Amino acid sequence: MSAVPVVARRRPRRNYWLSAVAILLSIVVFVIPFAFIVLTAVKDRQQASLLDFSWPDNFQIVQNFVDVVKARDYMLIIAFINSTILTVASVAIMVVLAAMVAYVLQRRKSRWNVLVNFLVLSGLIIPPAVVPTIWVLEKLGLFRTMPGLILVEVAFGISFAILLFRAFIATIPRELDEAAIIDGASPLRLFFRVIFPLLRSVAITVIVVQSVTVFNDFVNPLYFLPGDQNATVQLTLYNFSSQFTSQYNLLFMNILLITIPPLVMFLFFNRRIVAGLTSGAIKG
Amino acid sequence: MTTTIHAPRAHHGEGTGSAAPDWRRRKKSPYPSWFYLPAALIYGVLFLVPTFASFYFSLTRWTIFDSHFIGFDNFVNFFREPALVSGLTHTLVYAVVTSGLKVVLGLLLAVLLTSQIVGRGYLRSVVFFPVLVSTIGVGLTFTVLMNPEKGLINESLGMIGIQGPGWLTDPDFALLSVALVDVWKGVGLATLIFIAGIVSIPQEYFEAAKVDGASDTASFFKIVLPLARPATVTVVILSLIGGLRSFDLIWAMTRGGPGFTSDVIASVIYKQYQAGFYGLSTAGNVILFVVVTAIILPLYWFLSRKEVEL
Repeated sequence: MSAVPVVARRRPRRNYWLSAVAILLSIVVFVIPFAFIVLTAVKDRQQASLLDFSWPDNFQIVQNFVDVVKARDYMLIIAFINSTILTVASVAIMVVLAAMVAYVLQRRKSRWNVLVNFLVLSGLIIPPAVVPTIWVLEKLGLFRTMPGLILVEVAFGISFAILLFRAFIATIPRELDEAAIIDGASPLRLFFRVIFPLLRSVAITVIVVQSVTVFNDFVNPLYFLPGDQNATVQLTLYNFSSQFTSQYNLLFMNILLITIPPLVMFLFFNRRIVAGLTSGAIKG
Repeated sequence: MTTTIHAPRAHHGEGTGSAAPDWRRRKKSPYPSWFYLPAALIYGVLFLVPTFASFYFSLTRWTIFDSHFIGFDNFVNFFREPALVSGLTHTLVYAVVTSGLKVVLGLLLAVLLTSQIVGRGYLRSVVFFPVLVSTIGVGLTFTVLMNPEKGLINESLGMIGIQGPGWLTDPDFALLSVALVDVWKGVGLATLIFIAGIVSIPQEYFEAAKVDGASDTASFFKIVLPLARPATVTVVILSLIGGLRSFDLIWAMTRGGPGFTSDVIASVIYKQYQAGFYGLSTAGNVILFVVVTAIILPLYWFLSRKEVEL
């Protein structure tokens, strides 16, 4: 059965029967859960508590939106601000530092390379040690602070960014560096004026993929930035879920709102995301 | 453009003053090592130091402020406590189930989505989109959909005469239900990686096989499967790492319950941390570290070695 599509791929004729089944299944499996989120988010409280898949009797889009935003002293607004700061700062730092590492790692052959490559892979594989990280942050005075969490996100996410940058830098001809060096460019100038601008396309990929990851991150804020006043959107959603057990319309409005940023990213940068996430697939 | 302009100059420079640039290059590489420094500092302090410290602190009774060396007591406690040991087995089951399903479903979907079917772009988008959605959001949504009495899933099953189980309330089902949701969310990434692998296979192979009279099943097993192997390795490794470390979906859906039936190591670590047993929590972390490396490293070595033999 699995081989049927292989045939279709070589034949000009499209397989309509298979297409119909695939589209129908995709609607049941993937579209309905999202439709359920949207429908429940605009229902009134009583109808939402039925948890059924039905058309809303009366639409309460604005009312639910206002209620969920106002809940617990505009907690959601604060959370969105916090998440934005966290995402922008950590991804910006990550992009610059990862590009610098990847550049030297790819260009310069030295005995450090083995160690650096090993550390990059370790960063991808090893699960971070939670309580010892809190201990380090505590010693540095960064526990329960936004800068602390930003640096943690950088430390845990930089390996993936380095891999993406390194693969791309390998495609930039070395003659370019040599020309700039002969022209008397300093290493800093060479990197930031000549190389870094050429990394634009892969940098966009890194930015998009890592922003979505950091924005959706739940575990690290849970451990390293506990407390209500600086909660991120994922923490707020989690806390709402225990508070709003009887108000499913508000819970789903919240889910809907925090799904919008990734959706926007997806609509604008679909190709970049795909390029970034599949870059390792061919070479393994 | 720039290269063509600069290339002759580069030659000129090397020809006239070869001693000077050589001396300069030796002294000061254009690729300075200190570029590593800022990243190494952050990574070293917040990742390497805690990782090494975890080996020591797992052997102590520990409040953040002072620690008392107790040898292997934490590990002994961990393996004596049935609830904690079951966390270890659940982690393995969860990782194997999610990883296996992602490989099989991802490969089938990728073959389907590289074929000539109507609505290919729509299908690719819709399969991939859940990857980008918040795990907590997905978890809470499916908790509602899997509600035993009122949930959409059991209502739909009821309509065709099937009595659905209490997906998240039945101890036998809870862990597998969460694993299924994990597959729902993550299969898009696996599909994407397989699509990239299949697209890179030269079309001539399929044509040659067809000329030789190979059946479609044969060309799937003899062409697609072996040549998409790097993609398979990537999917297996990535989904195993993700599955072994998985925490947020489980926490959003069951918090390890009912009882301890869907507890995994990562949720044990969090529970012990909350309870103030920092040493025991860190021991859990060390166990997770050992499990992940003991599975991933040999597997990676084995899978990439086989690739060479082919």
